[in-house]
Amino acid sequence: MCTVCGCGEGETRIEGGHEHTHVHADGTVHTHAHGHGYKPAHRHDHEPAVSGDLDYGTGPARAHVPGMSQSRMVQIEQDILSKNNAYATANRRAFDERGIFALNLVSSPGSGKTTLLVKTIELLKDKLTISVVEGDQQTSNDAERIRATGVPALQINTGKGCHLDGHMVGHAMARLQPADESLFLIENVGNLVCPAAFDLGEHHKVAILSVTEGEDKPLKYPDMFAAADVMLLNKCDLLPYLEYDADEAEANARRVNPNLTIFRVSASSGDGLSAWVSWIQSGLEAQRAKRSETVAALKRRVTELERQLAVK
Amino acid sequence: MHEMSLAEGVLQLVEDTARREKASRVRLVVLEIGQLSAVEPAALKFCFDAVTEGSIAQGAALEIVVVPGAGWCMACAETVPMQERYSVCPRCGSHQIEATGGMEMRVKEIEIE
Repeated sequence: MCTVCGCGEGETRIEGGHEHTHVHADGTVHTHAHGHGYKPAHRHDHEPAVSGDLDYGTGPARAHVPGMSQSRMVQIEQDILSKNNAYATANRRAFDERGIFALNLVSSPGSGKTTLLVKTIELLKDKLTISVVEGDQQTSNDAERIRATGVPALQINTGKGCHLDGHMVGHAMARLQPADESLFLIENVGNLVCPAAFDLGEHHKVAILSVTEGEDKPLKYPDMFAAADVMLLNKCDLLPYLEYDADEAEANARRVNPNLTIFRVSASSGDGLSAWVSWIQSGLEAQRAKRSETVAALKRRVTELERQLAVK
Repeated sequence: MHEMSLAEGVLQLVEDTARREKASRVRLVVLEIGQLSAVEPAALKFCFDAVTEGSIAQGAALEIVVVPGAGWCMACAETVPMQERYSVCPRCGSHQIEATGGMEMRVKEIEIE
């Protein structure tokens, strides 16, 4: 349940991590898990419960005048999500530097995210390198389904948490070591509310809506559809058997987010997946192009500096 | 939504500041929450009391300053008040309205001693 750090307070577990126990200066003992590639940078000391002396000169006002309160206001002016956003920004920078294309898949439970991922991977795995992060409260069932396709996958269990955050994904990257110019897929916890607010550093959020849910879901849970750039309308092979108006669902989604790119797909029959897969390929191509442009620009800069040095 | 995580985010910012200022106690935490942000002030207050228990901010009062929502209506070509994130323009009824204010979720200041 920890917003920015899976280590301290929450029940987050990253697969393959090992638990260890600390004894603090004040005698407090606690146990928590770390992934193996993780270099602990956080502090383990606790504030003592009671300090020994009463020294009024060290109070926040750094002086004591009898009768005058020691309390004072301190401006903070910081966004509540600023720590998460800083982790997400670092993740995005790492993705960009290495030409990786990262997608964050979000939906309610049962929309077919994992099946869709498995099918997408099967269509793409011979053409590009893929790694997957799976977020769920419990079990590593989903990561095992992904691994069965032959692609590396890492399960993050959020425990009581309802979403993945930027810090968890940073750890997952360190563990998975995604290849340069590869595809990085994050399947968020099945939840149409909370993951909307937590940037993971991905390039696009992809919302999945299945035709067995209501047409008005984008209106009921607008934040998620507003945060997404792409919507996949899944299980479209069932449309003949349902009283579901796919056009109305799309119109509702566009009312919340006019810029939404929508694909109608069926993960089980494979219908419509080719358009989605080529959208992914062009996204990765753009990341590669951006990276080689950066590399080329740096090389030009080095050549220019070397030339200037030679002149001197 | 996720008010518990947000309350923990608030507590972290408060604890960082209190530690830096060598405070012994936090008396008051002032937040700015936009009307159009996805935060329910009542739920946040409830969670704040739960997460601050046993911390330096235990028993601190929580003050939530609600920042009114505002949006730019393309049809009216002006800023209009907005009650909900995905609503129509209250003047002309157009859907072409983009939220421009009232999305804040900030810790503004704290009172320490």
